[in-house]
Formats: sequence, structure tokens, C-alpha cells
Amino acid sequence: MPTMTLLQAISDALRYEMRRDERVFLLGEDIAEFGGAFKVTKGFVEEFGKQRVINTPISEAAIIGGAIGAALNGLIPVAEMQFMDFITNGFNQLVNVAATTAYRWGLPVPIVVRGPVGGGMSAGPFHSRSAEAWFAHTPGLKVVFPAFPADAKGLLIAAIRDPNPVLFFEHKGLYRKIREDVPEGEHVVPLGTARIVRPGADLSIIAYGRMVHIALEVAARLEDEGASVEVVDIRTLVPFDEATVFDSVKRTNRVVITHEATLTAGFGAEIAARIADKAFEYLDAPIRRVAAFDAPVPMAPPLEQAMLPSAEKLLDTCRQVLEY
Amino acid sequence: MADVVATAEIPEIVPTSLLNDQQRVALLRWMLHARIFDEVTIRLYRQGKMFGSVFAQIGHEAISVGSAAVLQPEDAIFPMHRDLGAHFVRGVPLRTIALNHLARQGSMMRGTDGTGHYADPQRKLYGNISHLGAMIPVAVGYALAAQLKGEPIVVLNYIGEGGAQTGEFHEGLNFAAVRKAPFVLIIENNQYAYSTPTTEEYACKKLSDRAIGYGIPGETIDGTDVERVYEATFYAVERARNGEGPSLIEAICMRMRGHAEHDNASYVPRELLEYWKKRDPLLRYQRFLIDNGILSEAEIQQMRREIEAETVRVLDDVLQLPFPPAEEAFKNVFL
Ligand SMILES: Cc1ncc(C[n+]2csc(CCOP(=O)(O)OP(=O)(O)O)c2C)c(N)n1
Ligand SMILES: [Mg+2]
Repeated sequence: MPTMTLLQAISDALRYEMRRDERVFLLGEDIAEFGGAFKVTKGFVEEFGKQRVINTPISEAAIIGGAIGAALNGLIPVAEMQFMDFITNGFNQLVNVAATTAYRWGLPVPIVVRGPVGGGMSAGPFHSRSAEAWFAHTPGLKVVFPAFPADAKGLLIAAIRDPNPVLFFEHKGLYRKIREDVPEGEHVVPLGTARIVRPGADLSIIAYGRMVHIALEVAARLEDEGASVEVVDIRTLVPFDEATVFDSVKRTNRVVITHEATLTAGFGAEIAARIADKAFEYLDAPIRRVAAFDAPVPMAPPLEQAMLPSAEKLLDTCRQVLEY
Repeated sequence: MADVVATAEIPEIVPTSLLNDQQRVALLRWMLHARIFDEVTIRLYRQGKMFGSVFAQIGHEAISVGSAAVLQPEDAIFPMHRDLGAHFVRGVPLRTIALNHLARQGSMMRGTDGTGHYADPQRKLYGNISHLGAMIPVAVGYALAAQLKGEPIVVLNYIGEGGAQTGEFHEGLNFAAVRKAPFVLIIENNQYAYSTPTTEEYACKKLSDRAIGYGIPGETIDGTDVERVYEATFYAVERARNGEGPSLIEAICMRMRGHAEHDNASYVPRELLEYWKKRDPLLRYQRFLIDNGILSEAEIQQMRREIEAETVRVLDDVLQLPFPPAEEAFKNVFL
């Protein structure tokens, strides 16, 4: 199996699907000859041509709306947002058109909108946002947020084959940082399946995206303190794999939920509510959340570090829950 | 140090009767400030000493300076990301610009954001956000309020030719036209939006042709001739101030560097850069000022040396300052 970064695994999934199915095409800003701001589509225009790798004007509503229309007419578009922050400019198309089409017309909208998200790079309030909760709150949209290269490939292939609109979030801090063996060729990870990335007995950390890696770091440190910590990577927010999460909580009886997005009305609140609703009697401690402080993502490093969740904050909360 | 005068053939500046020689010297000074700020920050970037991105405005100086110089202090300005020249024209101190750019302690944005994104309400300057086009409706709203309050001010706003393809460009400009808002929008057409050439951005011949669709005047001008920019802006501002509504100006120039300094812009044909190098807005104006006896080559060299020394000193100084303390992250989410 070849070793790939998260970024290479995403490219691999796109290339694999474009070779397999000629209905699949790409559109986005600077994605053709330039290969995209992060080079996810480097070399694509050479292989697939300008008709299937479309450079667009700076018009996110047209990119997303255009993807929806092409999907209605039988194609399978994958749209890139140069930064997911700019998805706001196509918000109407997503939440009002894409998200309601199956429900109203009974027609599929097999689009994927993907792109880089997340902070930690001093990129300021407009290039650092984690916007997944907006879309998880919109019935009709699927929301995927991988943490590992192999999962990213398998989930992206599943997303492209899904008949529904799927938002695919890629943490740019993981793009070139995380490497692992990735299956060649066909590799599908069904949407709506969580994965236990580290088994444990005393506490469950429920995470996604970059926080999975921080959770693993915290779990390793807690092991030195004698605690056995399980880490569950939910991988997709919508659909949400309740069974794997509840099963973990029922075994460990303690839970900390973490995400990089801001706390209030974040997806962690949803997970906490479901656990409280359906697994309350298994809990030995209150459900706790570790998320970003409710503010825009600031630029200067000390502010950004203070605002974002960190290993220290997660460690501290986990210790409190273990001692409860 | 860069040559004061370009040696290759340079198109002649067409002088406007609206400017006197003292104003011309001021225009040059502001253009030099903008150019030198870029030169110094590019150097710092290469040395790994910068913080954040460097969006050079080399090639754009005549647009931001020539247009902002038309405004009165009560007028408002909403610049884009290659308009530091306008910040200098508005009188923002170099140190303030550097503090905000580098997100250091003492910056108006308290480290929450950087580059030219800050607002200086006293100088009626409101920075852009990264989302292109977002500030167009906002600038229009500012103009609308002035109209409602009966204040005779004008709002000047800028957008790249790439940002002109957003929905907000259309909604903002149409709204301004319908309300006859005292608003002037300048499109800085520098041939590229990141790696994308204009042929993949729009299909019309001139972006100013859109004006007729909004029922407002529009013109396309040479954005490397600071006198021409001044003149075109002057008449658009006068029109807006007289209650005759908004105008659209497309100023043509060339982005002489990468999108930002991380980008080597290898996708830009070398001949295109060669063509525009001869139309360098700063060198053209320097030649004009010398040929017309307004400044000598030695005086320009002297000006350049002074501004460069000041820019290096201020940037070095600000780079020594700490970032704001972490607590700032928790303040001002609400007032
Ligand atoms: C709405 C939106 N989409 C995408 C981007 C990413 N982006 C930043 S600058 C840029 C190119 C801008 O081109 P243009 O407006 O022509 O200005 P220039 O940089 O050429 O001066 C792009 C695509 C953005 N900032 N905002
Ligand atoms: Mg441009």
C-alpha cells in the first residue's frame, strides 16, 4: 500500500472517481493549470482536460448553484472552495436549493462541496473557520470531516457516489502533516460510520477532524497517568453513527466531546444531548465538551492559541471527568 | 535601490489641469510610500521575518493614490487588498499601518486580524475582509446613510476584477444606482485573479461596459497614469457629490508580483510582464516630474532614501514588539 498524506489521499480519491466514471467533473477557483491553492488537483487538467477541470470566476454561488444544476442534468460535480470560509457566498444554494431538492422533487443532487478548513496557522478570521455546524443543522445535507488519509479517500469516494449533497471538510493543518498507508484503487468508507481509533476502558473522547489527533496525544499522556482512554473518530456528522458512540460510552461510562469549532450550538452539543437522552444511565460523570471559545478565529498566535481548543485544555477536562 | 527612471520607452503621462505641482509631489510621495512598503516587506518575507501574507501592490500605486487623493477628509474610503497607497493618502501613520499589518501589540485590531483589514473611523477608512466583494454593499450603505442624513460626502470603494465576479458586486452597485447613492467604485483590473487570467473571469470586452446595465456612467482608464486616475475619479466624485449618483471606473494595470509573495506567478507570460514593466506607474510619473522640471532626479532619490529609511526603521521596530496578550482573544465579541 502506498503511503499518502491527507492531501494526496484526497487527490487519489478524486482521480480514481474521475477515471472510473466520466460523469464526475471538478469546478472551482484556480483548480486547472494551477492545481488549486493547496495543489489538490495538480496534474488533473493534463489528464482530464479543461472540460472536466473547470476554472471558475470568483463566484461561489455560481459554483455551487452550477454544480446543483449539472447534477440535475445527470453529472456528478465536485466543487472546490478555495477555503471553506468562502462557502458562505454559496450558502443560499446549499441550504435552500441543494438541501430541499430530494424532499420536494424526489430528485437526487449528487454534488460534493469540498475544501480546506480550520485554524492554527495565524490565517485570521476569514481563512480559519470551522463551519460544519451550520450545515449539520440543515436537514438534507450530509457532512463529512475526515482525520486520516485512508478515511479521507474512502469517505470522499463514498461522498461522490452518494445521491445527496455532501459537504466534505478537510483540515488544512492535517493536509501534509498526517501520513499513512492508503489502499490503492477501490476503497469505500460508508458515510455514517464512526471508528474507534484507540480502544480504552475508562473514558471516551468523541472527536472529529484535527481534534482526533489531539485526542490521541491526550490519550497517550493519560495512559502514563494510569487511565485507559478510548478515542472515537465520528468521521461523519451527518449521518451520525449513534451506535458506535453509545456503545463506547456504555463501556467507559465517561465522555468528553471535542471539536475545533466554537462551543455554542456546535456539533458537540448535539452529541452530548443524544448521549444524555439515550445513554444517561450508563454515565458516571457529567458529559463535558472542549471546543473553541465563542469568538471569530483571531490572527496573532497568542490569541489564536487561547481561542482554539488545545491538548492542555482537553487533558485538563479529561482529568476532571476521570476524577469525578 | 531601484532606478528612478525606466530606460525603456514609456508612454507619456497626460497631465490634468486639476492638479498643481505641489499636489503632484504629494502624489509621488504617497506612491513611493506604497512601493517602498512592498519592497521592504518582500525583503522581510524572504528573510522569514514577516508575519502573515504579503500582497504586493506593485503596479497598482497610481490607482489607489490617484483616486484617494481626490477625496475630502469627510469622505469615506473602503480600500481593497492592494491599496496601501490609499492608507498613506488618508494620513494613516506608517507605524499604525505596520502594527495592524503585523498584528502586534498596540494595533487597532488588537491582534484579532492583520494586513490592511483594520478600520480607522477618524480617517473614515474602513478596511476590507478577505471575502471579495463583501464590502461593496457595506460601502453603498455608508453612502446611503450620508444621503439620508443630508451630508454631502462621497464613498470611494475598490474591488479587483476577480472580486467583480461576485454576487455582492452586482447587488451593491445596482442598489447604489437605484438610490443614486454618492458612491464611486473602482475596479482594479490587474489581468489576474490569483492564477486565473481575465479570459476565464468574464466575457465582456470592458468591465466598465457593465455600467450601462446599471444605468450609471462607466469608463475604462489607464491605471498606471496617476494623473488620469485622479481626473477620472475627480469627475465621478463631483457627480456623486452633486446628487447624480454612482459611477464605475475600471482602471487597467498589471499585478507585477505573485498573488502574494508565496506565489512565484510562473503562470504569467514573461512578455506580459515586460510590456507592463515599461508602464510602471511610479517610473512613468517620475519621468514626467523630471521632464517637466517639477522635481530633479536628485530630489527624487533623496525622497526615496528618506522614505526607505523610515519604512525600514518602523517595520524593524514593530517587528520587535510582542503580539498582543492572549486575553485579547476573549474581549469584544460583543460590546
Ligand atoms: C469570495 C471569495 N472567494 C475566494 C477568495 C480567495 N481569493 C483571495 S484573493 C483571490 C483573487 C482575487 O483577484 P482580484 O479580485 O482580481 O484581486 P487581485 O488579487 O488580482 O488584486 C481569491 C480567489 C476570496 N478571498 N473571496
Ligand atoms: Mg486581479
